[in-house]
Amino acid sequence: MDSFILLRFGDTGWGDEMLRAAIVTILVSLSAMAIGLLVSVFATMSKLSSNGFIRSIGNTYTTVVRGIPELLVIYLLYFGANNAIMGVAKKLFGYNQYIELPVFLIAAIAVGIISGAYSTEVLRGAFLAVPKGQIEASKSVGMNKFLIFRRILIPQVMRYALPGLGNVWQLTLKDTALIMVTGLVEIMRQAHIASGSTYSPFTFYITAALLYLVLTTASSRVLNSAERWANKGVRRA
Amino acid sequence: MNKALEINHLKKSFGDLEVLKDISLNAEKGDVICIIGSSGSGKSTLLRCINLLDIPDSGEVWVNGELIKMSKNKAGNYYPQDQDQVDRIRTKLAMVFQSFNLWSHMTVIQNVVEAPIHVQKIDKNKANKLGLELLAKVGITEKADQFPSSLSGGQQQRVAIARALAIEPDILLFDEPTSSLDPELVGEVLRVMQSLAEEGRTMIVVTHEMGFAKGVASQVIFLHNGHIEEQGTPDELFNAPKSERLKRFLESNLAI
Repeated sequence: MDSFILLRFGDTGWGDEMLRAAIVTILVSLSAMAIGLLVSVFATMSKLSSNGFIRSIGNTYTTVVRGIPELLVIYLLYFGANNAIMGVAKKLFGYNQYIELPVFLIAAIAVGIISGAYSTEVLRGAFLAVPKGQIEASKSVGMNKFLIFRRILIPQVMRYALPGLGNVWQLTLKDTALIMVTGLVEIMRQAHIASGSTYSPFTFYITAALLYLVLTTASSRVLNSAERWANKGVRRA
Repeated sequence: MNKALEINHLKKSFGDLEVLKDISLNAEKGDVICIIGSSGSGKSTLLRCINLLDIPDSGEVWVNGELIKMSKNKAGNYYPQDQDQVDRIRTKLAMVFQSFNLWSHMTVIQNVVEAPIHVQKIDKNKANKLGLELLAKVGITEKADQFPSSLSGGQQQRVAIARALAIEPDILLFDEPTSSLDPELVGEVLRVMQSLAEEGRTMIVVTHEMGFAKGVASQVIFLHNGHIEEQGTPDELFNAPKSERLKRFLESNLAI
């Protein structure tokens, strides 16, 4: 019964705060996924390049980001980004004051860079899965590179990549819990604050768990129907 | 009048392996040239060098009197000087592949009309009408809205032929079109190819189907180890082979 009182909406309960935090989690996840996808498109092209130097850029990115703990990436970016911006401001404009980037932006970029490294591997696999013969067929009817990319590669890459990207999305959603260390009030941070002020950690952490479960379950539904749509024309063995 | 296709002194190596050693051949409009030879003789590579799916190391390819312009880079490798020219000439040279290579995310009719609509910028309705006519021609109209994965190999290859015809090419290149088909499906594809030959289309066919070469070709080329060992009418090559190698090749291929 106590739990329900604690989770009431309004001034006396934490319900509305938890809900607002859930919305922040969704927004950070969506932004991070979008940033990650954008990064991964370039990283994939880099990893599939015939130029050794360009290839090594993409390889370094995925190796480093996947090779160190996510929390560490977030710390490095959180402190690194502010320092870098301040350094640039000082060098270029002689600006000596403390600058702090919006914490939401840093969080989205940090998680985006992590999620992008995993998306890159998914996209790379998907590109390689498109049968070479279909590309040759496209060339043989006079399609140029751009047309092949747009009409033949992208639709098939999306199809092959969707299950893997769905997986990356779930990981991204959960990785946002780590950005509580930056002070951004998302589900995890809010649960932490609330349990600290009420001495009822279990109530709030179980609420957080349920909120994450609602989000992940809902997204896997959406992803399933997206996969069904993308897999038209594919015969299941 | 220009020759439909003229190949001069074509050479191609993969690493140390010399696959084509100085190949020259001509095709007049309406010629059906069958290229035969054992595997590894360079047949497919020769065909793929014509539309630059493989880039030759040296030599010339002329299509309808137009030379495909090539340059050498610093490393001494041949490369097409003008990719737009290559793309344009490729629409004159449709290719049918051994493994069909239909686009799996498109339906049968979408496969056929893709290049006419997006490469040749033909009006959609017109392209669809042409597409259905071509599907009727290869006898597969009822499958128009299905995806390639639900078709048999022979049906897929007939769709691939319709797709090749849709760009209204001057020359059709066939790369072992029946080699990955079950024996009972070979006939339906060969019949379509024969009817195309009877229409007077220019065709270059790499094939193991000796019966087809014998019955349909205007000229047969026997390739061995990357050079033309023997060349002539089907009658000359099949009934009076001169070289020892061709005799042996025919014995082992006709005996089956």
